[in-house]
Amino acid sequence: MRLERRSDTPLALTLAAPVGAVALSLALAGILIAIAGAPVFEAYHRLFIGAFGSRLAITETLTRATPLILTGLAAAVAFRARLWNIGAEGQFYVGALAAAALGSEAGLQLPGYALIPALLVAAAVAGAVLLLVPLLMRLRFGVDEVVTTLLLNFVILLFVSMMIEGPLKDPLAFGWPQSVPVVADAMLPRLVARSRLHIGLPIGVGLAMLTWFVQSRTTFGLESRAAGLNPRAAAFAGVSLTRILISVACLSGGVAGLAGAIEVMGVKGYVTTDLSPSFGYTGIVVAMLAGLHPIGVIVTALFVATMFVGADGMSRALGVPSFIADVIVSLSLLTMLVALLLSNYRIRR
Amino acid sequence: MDMLHIFLSAGLWAAVLRIATPLIFGTLGALLSERAGVLHLGIEGIMTFGAMIGWLTVYHGGDLWIGLLAAAIGGGIFGLLHALLTVPLGLSQHVTGLGITLFASSLAYFIFRLSVPVSGTPPTIVAFQVLHIPVLSALPFLGEAVFSQTAPTYLAVLLALGLAYVLARTPLGLAIRIVGENPHAAEAQGLDPIAIRIGAVVAGSALMGMGGAFLTLSAFNSFFPTMVQGRGWVSIALVVFASWRPERALFGALLFALFDAYQLRLQQVVGKAVPYQLFLMIPYLMSIAALLVMARRARVPQALMQPFRRGER
Repeated sequence: MRLERRSDTPLALTLAAPVGAVALSLALAGILIAIAGAPVFEAYHRLFIGAFGSRLAITETLTRATPLILTGLAAAVAFRARLWNIGAEGQFYVGALAAAALGSEAGLQLPGYALIPALLVAAAVAGAVLLLVPLLMRLRFGVDEVVTTLLLNFVILLFVSMMIEGPLKDPLAFGWPQSVPVVADAMLPRLVARSRLHIGLPIGVGLAMLTWFVQSRTTFGLESRAAGLNPRAAAFAGVSLTRILISVACLSGGVAGLAGAIEVMGVKGYVTTDLSPSFGYTGIVVAMLAGLHPIGVIVTALFVATMFVGADGMSRALGVPSFIADVIVSLSLLTMLVALLLSNYRIRR
Repeated sequence: MDMLHIFLSAGLWAAVLRIATPLIFGTLGALLSERAGVLHLGIEGIMTFGAMIGWLTVYHGGDLWIGLLAAAIGGGIFGLLHALLTVPLGLSQHVTGLGITLFASSLAYFIFRLSVPVSGTPPTIVAFQVLHIPVLSALPFLGEAVFSQTAPTYLAVLLALGLAYVLARTPLGLAIRIVGENPHAAEAQGLDPIAIRIGAVVAGSALMGMGGAFLTLSAFNSFFPTMVQGRGWVSIALVVFASWRPERALFGALLFALFDAYQLRLQQVVGKAVPYQLFLMIPYLMSIAALLVMARRARVPQALMQPFRRGER
């Protein structure tokens, strides 16, 4: 028995892979729910109600999906060019910190219409620079960027902690370690009244579509895909790998930095060290489930957000630990990898 | 106590061995797996799971050694999953490893929350006590500095020396190394590269699980989420620093632990003049520095991250 690569994968199979992977991980997580002593079908019903059962639930799920679209996009763009950016968590935090520092009373003194774009750009630059460091280490010294981006996440989180207990500490927070808040003008407009949903969602969706356009319709997109598929052939065809990787890193790190700023300016208003419930790492799952397709990222981010918001409801109603959402999401990454293999190869005897 | 006097205190050296122990276990585990050609980024999650399952076993009345064994078995099971996905199926070792880390740690948190109700103070167990060795522990200075550790620390040092011997001097070690350098040549020699790779990954993962369990069964006496704190990733960096050699891994782990133990004491000397977070960054920055220095010099196993498929070149 051996595996043989399919010359082309039918669209139905491409779409069936994530659906099958998610179904399998929900079934496996069902075993854990049963062990926790809860009725499985009711638990999943509660999860669905928790995520979509009311106007508030729906807006909360969409609010949660917003940063995941962006971190998912960051991973998808990078992985497609085989740049293993596992540092979206750190890039998220430097973006958030940039927004808080420049958007506070003492920051940029700009009117609202100019302040918001300026802060978003600053956050994207911060995220991009943070990813350029490990990329340059790879290009100059041959250091695998997986480990360096992972290690930098810890460094950045400590840096955030240092800033919000030091220069950026909010003196009015009763000693609680949080950054100074951004001014009211820097807060993103609400999309739906009486909810937390903000214009970060259309920004994320728009960026995903833009990325799809760039990847499928421009020379840069073709070159970056070629660099990922076969770096040697791409180099032989005259593609400068260094230039492509630097552009991809700016895009990937930039989008992840943007996610941090948007979370600060759209939801929290300030930075804490628990601003991200590992949005950066979860973005990797979002990207893989989407088969690294930018438009797919929108759908899979919504799925992952559904699991997290819905699991809170399930946990309150039935006492199943809400960590079940993390289990479902991480399991679906592993099942997706197998599903991708099965859809790209056929088994021959 | 000034900056240099710290080195003269036996307490520092005792702390070095204690801090190094989980790194020794983790580095040996990652090294064994990589020597056979499989990058294992599941380490961070497996250490978390080992810490949880070892602690839970003891909390439910198990012996401390049974707890350590449970962590090894738990690690081995996740290792088997990683091995099956990356070796016979040939999936991306990077992404699979990260998936294992996310899965193992979220499962650990789920099981912990299910078995232990939420409370203000985490429940504790009676951890490993210092193992007094006759004569040696009574030596002046050395007794306190080196021979006042718990049993798993001695085990870690012995395992490092044992693995160095096995890899360098035994047929089994040679088989593992050939598979990591050139699996096709190994097959031509009548070895089964797939079986050897799976075995190395499972054994390495068991070591990672034990490294995690050291945290809850010896260094601390309770389990809390995110307690592994990147020790798995530091171990992956240490493997490169050690050029994939167990004896150097032991040295590397001790060197790292020395810096860590030193910065803890230095914090007390400099007080609040320097933010404590800067000191906490040191192990991660050192790992990156070690990679920078060693990446081009270290001898990477030639078939690392290359899936082996029979009859394909």
